Amino acid sequence: MFVFIIRRFLYAIPIALAVAAVCFSLVHLAPGDPLTAIIPADAPAEVVIAIQQAYGMDRPLLVQFGSWIQRALQGDLGVSVATGRPVMGDIALALSNTLLLAFAAALLGFLGGILLGALAAIYNGTWIDKLATALAITGVSIPHYWLGLLLVIIFSVHLDWLPSMGAGPGGSSDWRLDWAHLRHLVLPAVTMCFIPMGIVTRTVRATVSEILNSEFVTALYARGLRGRRIAVHVAKNAAPTVLSVMGLQFGYLLGGSILVETVFSWPGTGYLLNTAIFQRDIPLLQGIILVLAMFFVGLNLLVDVLQTLMDPRIKRG
Amino acid sequence: MTSIISPTSKEKFALAAETAAVSRGYWTTVWTRLVRDPVSVGCAVVLLLMVLIAVFAPLLAPYDPSQGTMLKRLSPIGTEGHWLGTDELGRDMLSRLMHGGQMSLMMGLLPVFIAFAIGTSLGLIAGFFGGWINSLIMRTTDVFFAFPAVLLAIAISGALGAGFVNAIISLTLVFIPPIARVAESVTTSVRNLDFVEAARASGAGNFTIIRVHVLGNVLGPVFIYATSLVSVCMILAAGLSFLGLGVRPPTPEWGLMLNTLRQSIYIQPWISVLPGLMIFITSLCFNLLSDGLRSAMDIKR
Repeated sequence: MFVFIIRRFLYAIPIALAVAAVCFSLVHLAPGDPLTAIIPADAPAEVVIAIQQAYGMDRPLLVQFGSWIQRALQGDLGVSVATGRPVMGDIALALSNTLLLAFAAALLGFLGGILLGALAAIYNGTWIDKLATALAITGVSIPHYWLGLLLVIIFSVHLDWLPSMGAGPGGSSDWRLDWAHLRHLVLPAVTMCFIPMGIVTRTVRATVSEILNSEFVTALYARGLRGRRIAVHVAKNAAPTVLSVMGLQFGYLLGGSILVETVFSWPGTGYLLNTAIFQRDIPLLQGIILVLAMFFVGLNLLVDVLQTLMDPRIKRG
Repeated sequence: MTSIISPTSKEKFALAAETAAVSRGYWTTVWTRLVRDPVSVGCAVVLLLMVLIAVFAPLLAPYDPSQGTMLKRLSPIGTEGHWLGTDELGRDMLSRLMHGGQMSLMMGLLPVFIAFAIGTSLGLIAGFFGGWINSLIMRTTDVFFAFPAVLLAIAISGALGAGFVNAIISLTLVFIPPIARVAESVTTSVRNLDFVEAARASGAGNFTIIRVHVLGNVLGPVFIYATSLVSVCMILAAGLSFLGLGVRPPTPEWGLMLNTLRQSIYIQPWISVLPGLMIFITSLCFNLLSDGLRSAMDIKR
């Protein structure tokens, strides 16, 4: 098992490097010179060359990639073309907001999904099962940016109960645990929880009903175990599968929040990414994608390791 | 967004391919089971209607989708002459929704279709030849799995710039890896069946074996897997337009309409809901239909 864990860690290194390479190549996907945003159209040739040298764009690609990685490892992701500030500071602040939102949405979605999925599996074939299944498929089919808009119309425009924009009163971006800030979290978190809830419901339902039909559960019943003591056994067996799905979903929440953050003007990485795209601020774009993708790589690693620790039956080749 | 590939689905599709390869009447049985399922048939009818309305929109729509009257901006739903109201430029909503279906459905279907062609080919090659070819192709797809799908689509689109073609390219790139993965596992399981061995023994070359014996058994399960991606693709594509990365105004497209009408939620909230409702209904129908296909496929041996 420890051999597997070490091997899994080692395997994450080439993946992380390849991910970095994809992020790096984004600059060269962009049409035109990546520096067009700061070089005036009528700049003389020697000025253009000087700027290119200042940003290191005149060196061979591989050298640029190497030094970019080296600086990224030290926490230096370059300087924003639009603001001239180091990219890292902005990203760190935005990331904390995105993490907050993702945690809130994950909490709601996972709890709801486990509850609905378990109920659906226990009352298999009844109206409870049908309702949970219908909710699950709605959750995965609904465009969440539209759901956000719908919630804004109902709870902000019509009822005027909850704010529709920002992360705190007066557009403040430093977060505190009080009702004034919590109110801003409600709508975006509810909007985002639907997809993980749908997926977790489906997974829990499938896994739990499979376990309930297996022979060892019949044996437990035969031995006279009831209710809660059976639930413990079922939960233990379902945990690895459900955990791996939840880990992936958390990663998708981090990466997929851009649309919801745009709807609610939530000052997170998605909102920042949107700004970066429209100001054609490639270093900022690159930095955000890199940080989020690395989070995702790390999360996958963590899930795999936890899964192996929880379920020693898993044989890894 | 959604988890594109679930841990169990790979084995399930591989199993279906094996069943299909062994029993001749498999797809006939699947089809019979599918048409007996009222939900699947209902969804198929709704989707067919949507496609027909979109295709014949120029004939069916009461108004020109790009011509508006400034005097009639944001008329409410139920206004005489404009059943579904008008948008922020006074254009008829019903006509725009009808025309919008063309772009939205195309952006939902085309990327999955192209990715199906490329992904299946890659998966076939990787699964059939194995060895270093397999490692090369599958390890490359692993890299793309290291990005959440939405992030990858937005990153590529954002770098390439807004536009229809760029959106299609970025969405296609997102869907190739999962399709290749499923195709690879299905191919691997088919390759080891006896009839492939028999064909090889009777002197058939690789190309003939793939074309005659493997392809037919791989296409079906992979196609059904690909149908489950259409709803994700619809939502993602409309999402790109919603961010301003898809088609450009004044082209009617549901995601873009949602974006421009967002400014009007304090004046005519329910009109801005309509384009999203269309995206929702379409993606729900695609999801239910693909679920129906899957359970029709799930025949116990």
